[in-house]
Amino acid sequence: MSIKLEHVSYIYSQGTAYQKRALDDVSLEIPDGQFVGVIGHTGSGKSTLIQHLNGLIRATDGKIYFGGENIYAEGYSMKKLRSKVGLVFQYPEYQLFEVDVFSDVCFGPKNLGLPKEEVEQRAYEALQQVGLKEKHYKKSPFELSGGQKRRVAIAGILAMQPDVLILDEPTAGLDPKGRDDILDQIALLHKERGITVVLVSHSMEDVAKYVERIIVMDEGKVRYDDTPRNVFEYYKELEEIGLAAPQVTYLMHELKRRGLDVNPSVTTVEEAKRAILAATGEAR
Amino acid sequence: MIRDITIGQYYPADSVIHRLDPRTKLVGTLVFIISLFMFRSFAAYGVSVLFLAGVIRASKVPFKFLIRGMKSIMVLLLITVAFNLFMIPGETLVQVWKLKITDEGLYTAIYMAVRLSFLIIGSSIMTLTTTPNQLTDGLEKGLRPLNKVNVPVHEVAMMMSIALRFIPILLEETDKIMKAQTARGADFDEGGLIQKAKGMVPLLVPLFVSAFRRANDLAMAMEARGYHGGEGRTKMRPLHYEKRDRNAYLILVLYLVLMYAAKKLIGV
Repeated sequence: MSIKLEHVSYIYSQGTAYQKRALDDVSLEIPDGQFVGVIGHTGSGKSTLIQHLNGLIRATDGKIYFGGENIYAEGYSMKKLRSKVGLVFQYPEYQLFEVDVFSDVCFGPKNLGLPKEEVEQRAYEALQQVGLKEKHYKKSPFELSGGQKRRVAIAGILAMQPDVLILDEPTAGLDPKGRDDILDQIALLHKERGITVVLVSHSMEDVAKYVERIIVMDEGKVRYDDTPRNVFEYYKELEEIGLAAPQVTYLMHELKRRGLDVNPSVTTVEEAKRAILAATGEAR
Repeated sequence: MIRDITIGQYYPADSVIHRLDPRTKLVGTLVFIISLFMFRSFAAYGVSVLFLAGVIRASKVPFKFLIRGMKSIMVLLLITVAFNLFMIPGETLVQVWKLKITDEGLYTAIYMAVRLSFLIIGSSIMTLTTTPNQLTDGLEKGLRPLNKVNVPVHEVAMMMSIALRFIPILLEETDKIMKAQTARGADFDEGGLIQKAKGMVPLLVPLFVSAFRRANDLAMAMEARGYHGGEGRTKMRPLHYEKRDRNAYLILVLYLVLMYAAKKLIGV
């Protein structure tokens, strides 16, 4: 189901000395099954934006539609919306509370009012999907490593089987391997189950490799909204708002400047490799 | 909702009152409160109004902002007034059914209302213009003589400032965990009392874990920087009185004299 935002604005602490406009007239649409990256500097409004998508924050102004229905309409069930739009917060391992890993993952589906067998079935599947070994299922969540805790927390949302999965900086504080594992797993989920994924990050490298569309936020506004390739064309402008294009983009631009005939608009290392080989092959 | 409470909040601005030494503000507030209870006279309260108005002006805190903090106290104020109005014996002025208002009761009620609201405004000006850290610094230095009788003044002040610092952090953390659990389908205001209490578990467990983690981290960070209590510790910005503090004390004395004079001369 698609999500549509129309002129959404949000103001924190309205009417006080600390008033802050976190979102400023944001309009966008996320169609079914898309893999979207939301990028922005700290304080650019990206976290605020995604909390609107499952109704945790109510917009000061504007409208949000989920599957064509206005979520602010009277009688619209926010609880149902939240079961369809799963949101994994930053550092989600801090929300674990149950005595063991398995019960914690059961919390979400249990809140949906499902029968016990179905709850356990879903929890089991979710834990499988995030690739956590079965020997950990009965451990206390506090005994696990950081990366494992993160998987459990993500499984907690997956067990609700949402149509849309939103992840706020899912790789923050993880080592490179943990980061790749988690992102690969998410990409696999997107491919196999066809769910919509919204990935919030400030790392262009992470995002460029997986997403088909990038939304760049700056000071509460949508600055760019396009394919990675097109967005990274603005690598100079991105630097001005505290971001950077992937390193390969810089490399390719530099190669081009020094006379190698390559297309500088590639976004991943793999593409760059092919482009360079092709260019040097011709040169030879 | 939590953000609407202005008592104890700091209002950033650049004013004379903000720049005063926290000790001056603490003493001033204390003297002001005592004066409210010492002089029971409308004329004297007239002086208090002028004094308050002057201080508010000088502090650059918008009056509207100040009043918003009063709203939460309004209920308490009304109850106090009502009790005084109807419960104090004396000469009956008006009687409706069993409730009678006496002259003594009426006076006491008005005095009470004036005292309480002035007290709240007076002390919120102090907290609005002084950061919690300045306040504890002021307390620490002001109470230093107690060190001689083995009161660990520095440690108490340090605990106070850490506690104050942790309030917004824990509030934010609560908000975050609440949102995270809501996203997992938790409902914090559904069901009866027992249901609600049970519903708090997913909030309280992570909150406690995080509070302990933060306390541990902070202790570690403090130790890593060589913190070892108050002995021999110096300050980056030691408090010392300036000319404006002397002036403030003079104004305070003048205020007390005026209040005394107003009561003696006008009497009401």
